[in-house]
Amino acid sequence: MKKNESYEELAKGIWRDNPVFVQVLGMCPMLAVTNSAINAIAMGMASMFVLVGSSFLVSTFRHVIPKQVRISCFIIIIATFVTIADYTLLALVPKVHKELGAFIPLIVANCLILGRQEAFASRYPTKLAVMDALGMAGGFLLALFSLGAVREILGDGALFGVRLFSENFEPWIVMILPPGGFLTLGVILLFFNWFRYKKDEFLADVAKAERGGR
Amino acid sequence: MDNLPWIFISALLVNNFVLTYFLGLCPFLGVSNSLETSARLGLATTFVMLVTAVCAWVLNTYILIHAPYLRLICFIVVIASTVQFIEMLIKKLSPALFRAMGIFLPLITTNCAILGLAIFATNRGYGFVEGIVYALGAGIGFTLAMVLLAGLREESELSNIPKLIQGTAMNLIIAGILSMAFMGFAGLFSTS
Repeated sequence: MKKNESYEELAKGIWRDNPVFVQVLGMCPMLAVTNSAINAIAMGMASMFVLVGSSFLVSTFRHVIPKQVRISCFIIIIATFVTIADYTLLALVPKVHKELGAFIPLIVANCLILGRQEAFASRYPTKLAVMDALGMAGGFLLALFSLGAVREILGDGALFGVRLFSENFEPWIVMILPPGGFLTLGVILLFFNWFRYKKDEFLADVAKAERGGR
Repeated sequence: MDNLPWIFISALLVNNFVLTYFLGLCPFLGVSNSLETSARLGLATTFVMLVTAVCAWVLNTYILIHAPYLRLICFIVVIASTVQFIEMLIKKLSPALFRAMGIFLPLITTNCAILGLAIFATNRGYGFVEGIVYALGAGIGFTLAMVLLAGLREESELSNIPKLIQGTAMNLIIAGILSMAFMGFAGLFSTS
């Protein structure tokens, strides 16, 4: 049962409560760095490290942190992990770090991360908190990657820098520019709306049929 | 000094914080349902940006030279406490203004545009005056984008929109079109 519970926390972040597509959190880094798939993955990994690390610390110290100053404590914990991530990326992949630029430090202001500390990590035991953080960060990474891949394929005709189309493909430059980010995310959200709409309709139909059958 | 107008216009239009750098999207998408509130939030944000620019300059010049790795933690703590301080100050000095700004002041702390401003200004090595002009341009640009989106959203409430597209999806697509319009400003300067 215990195992089931933590699996549930892991799974909910990836699909049902996906932080980007369903809760619409963490939009700023989401749109800013997704002009290529590799940047999106680097950003997702950095956010995952920060989210899991700070969830672990916050939930371990949840009885020690005074309630009145908890937000400041969370922010300082998050800022510490972001600084670690920033310097690690600078040392390991300087090229990606240069492209992401100021958006790595801006992970601090990602409302998704602070939101998870406040809503989950500060209330639940460490194991569940880490599972929740992994799930949410996984969902965030998935969203970043899908947006980055769509934008890179349409805007550049390539994925991870590998050309996908023949010479005749005319890239949609606008997709890798800022407007493309807004438009792509808008269309993806539209798809999610449609999906939910269909599901509700289907459930209503089923309920109606059951009532009719009785 | 002759690059000051350029810094201002660049932050205001060409590199608009919301529509080009995607900073401050949470209030941009969340609070922009009426013209008046978005204008107020924009002005409050501009004010905090100005104060942050001054603080960031002081920190950079006197303290962070010795410990650059503390930059992020310092900035975020300074921004959070500045917002708190300004809130208390305004409450004391002008209760009317405090009521007008309402809950927006504390919300500004989590606005990544503020932190972004401090980081960008540092990365570009702006001096004191340049930093202030940059903050002013960015703040007014933020207000401009908020007001534009709020106006469009108010209009769209009166029209007949399919149920499927209502909400965030439509706001994002509107923002995309606005952003495309702002791209037109990119040709304003040859040096950009």
